[in-house]
Amino acid sequence: MVSRNTMTKTGRATNKASDSSNVDSGHQDNKDLLLSFYEEMVFIRHFELKASEMYQKAKIGGYCHLNLGEEATVVGLMRATQKQDYLFTTYREHGYAISKGSDPGRVMAELFGKADGVSHGWGGSMHLFDKETHLMGGYGIVGGQIPPATGAALAISYKNTPSTDSPIVVCIMGDGTTNIGAFHESLNIAAVWKLPIVYVIVNNFLGMGTSVDMASGEPELYKRGASYKIESIRINGEDPLEVYNTSLRMFRIAREEHRPLLIEAMSHRLKGHSVVDPAKYRSTEEMKEAEQHDPIPMLEKKLIGLSYLKESDITSIVAKAKERVSSAVAFAEQSPNPDIRQLFANVYSKKLPNDFYRLPGEPLFDEHSFSK
Amino acid sequence: MTIKTYRQTLHDTLAEEMRKDPDILLIGEEIGHFEGSYKITAGLLAEFGPKRVKDTPIAEEGFTGAAIGAAMLGLKPIVEIMTINFSLVAMDQIINHAAKIHAMFGGQVNVPLVIRTPGGGGQQLGASHSQNIEVFYAHIPGLKVVCPSNPADAKGLLKAAIGDTDPVLFLENLGLYGAKGEVPEEDYVLEIGKANVARQGKDITIISYSKATTVALEVADELAHEQISAEVIDLRSLRPLDRQTIVESARKTSRAVVIEDDWLTYGIGAEIAATIQEGAFDYLDAPVRRVAAAEVPVPYSKPLELASLPDAATLSKVIHQILDATAFNR
Repeated sequence: MVSRNTMTKTGRATNKASDSSNVDSGHQDNKDLLLSFYEEMVFIRHFELKASEMYQKAKIGGYCHLNLGEEATVVGLMRATQKQDYLFTTYREHGYAISKGSDPGRVMAELFGKADGVSHGWGGSMHLFDKETHLMGGYGIVGGQIPPATGAALAISYKNTPSTDSPIVVCIMGDGTTNIGAFHESLNIAAVWKLPIVYVIVNNFLGMGTSVDMASGEPELYKRGASYKIESIRINGEDPLEVYNTSLRMFRIAREEHRPLLIEAMSHRLKGHSVVDPAKYRSTEEMKEAEQHDPIPMLEKKLIGLSYLKESDITSIVAKAKERVSSAVAFAEQSPNPDIRQLFANVYSKKLPNDFYRLPGEPLFDEHSFSK
Repeated sequence: MTIKTYRQTLHDTLAEEMRKDPDILLIGEEIGHFEGSYKITAGLLAEFGPKRVKDTPIAEEGFTGAAIGAAMLGLKPIVEIMTINFSLVAMDQIINHAAKIHAMFGGQVNVPLVIRTPGGGGQQLGASHSQNIEVFYAHIPGLKVVCPSNPADAKGLLKAAIGDTDPVLFLENLGLYGAKGEVPEEDYVLEIGKANVARQGKDITIISYSKATTVALEVADELAHEQISAEVIDLRSLRPLDRQTIVESARKTSRAVVIEDDWLTYGIGAEIAATIQEGAFDYLDAPVRRVAAAEVPVPYSKPLELASLPDAATLSKVIHQILDATAFNR
């Protein structure tokens, strides 16, 4: 049994002392903000539950990783971004895409492999991309997004000076990713080149079935930023307000000073690594603990305590979320499959001088290939 | 036309393109203060400054991937990887990312990236520094791979690569940096994906690329003294591959041989031979032969190294074998 001592969140930790929140849940002014967080978290929850159901029904193929349990981190982070910011993320990214502004119907259509999907049916669950919202991709290779995200920040610093509205890059990764070389190479490069990027580690204690303690010499992952003199902070990823406030602050520093920062958001995964994973490597106690950390009931309790929410509101918010999810599914269902005649359309961005485009079994040459 | 080395041509072309387009930047190890391991970028830091000539930490995966991200946001990075051997630690970024991003994200974003890197054995650098692994990249849809064999092509293909909207692996050669040749002074741009008939002939087709083209042309010159007319095709581009030009030549000469510095098994020549048999089967008088590297990690010791690599004498011998087997009359 792996010790959970170091995993238990005992409060904020940072490798720099300064830290202050700028939005307080006790302020009446923040009622709307908190309620909107709650609504979006509930929506993402039901979107993901529906994705799981659609996967079981074979409407969704391949791998399918869900944000269940991560909703507070998703919403807190994405709400703190500005429209001009770029997001590079992992293959567990449906919620991030939606929260950054992608149409849920187009996200579901992508999971269905349809032409109206955000990646036009080319990417699937792991590879959502939306040029309009600056979602620069979900990436299926663990850590694969980190070097390009860092390079996007290079492009920003090439074209923009630090300012209150400079774009930044937000680069999301899981805990397991911090052991891959690309993480270390990229953080070092970002530090040396002073790039406007905020790396976010979503630490749900598990890289597939391997715990952070088993895989990491330093399990307090935010401390790894110190090797590169990157200001880093560990926060409670189950409190959307804490995530939001910290993100606002860290994003502002990246914007105004053009330097990298790191956030480690402590989270829990409510289900297996992917839809098909029964998570037999987790004990009943572990699962119970994860359920106790479910951010949605926690926020509900808080909002009821603050009298921002009544039981009857919850029912209508859930009903509304389910209705929106149903519309997303309906949109995905009616969207056409991509046209097979477009199979080669995106291998290169321009047509090649030589005709490479053959389906399996087609001959390289025909009678018209050569003049006598 | 001016006479210049391959090295000088690469340098001058980089500088010329950088003067024209402020979005071009160079990224790589030792390219600035050290002026490049092979001095291709000598003087460019002084001219363009550290913003556009970026020395990197030793982190091929990190900086190659960073160039991909910069390209996704509209810059035109030119990465130098010190030798193709070191590209292996950046392969995840090149193959899983640069080659995939345009297609996998539904055509929403381009990766206008150039990766310059030299291959080439024969320098007594030992096994890990002497590989010709271009086939790894030539295998991948989404990448382009070009391999200039002379200074003029170096200019024409580098300009094409920089102007391309997709990722291009620009394969240089340690054995060619000092090679001299005529270089057009005008804005000379070649089309990526077109082979060059470097020498016209009618008796046999020699297919080659990069430094092996130098060997092929040398052998073709010698064969001319024996009244053997060899046609030399310089592929210029490994992907896209100009199958048409290869097959048309084989149909004309009825004999073909490939000279390549990579290993024989699953090498570039295997693809060429398969293409010729499919496109020119009825025209061939002999099987297509391949002159490639011996199937060993390239040794350090000079006699061993020489024995492992293809050369002019071997190519000439194989051509004579083909001609003898087909009762060729001089």
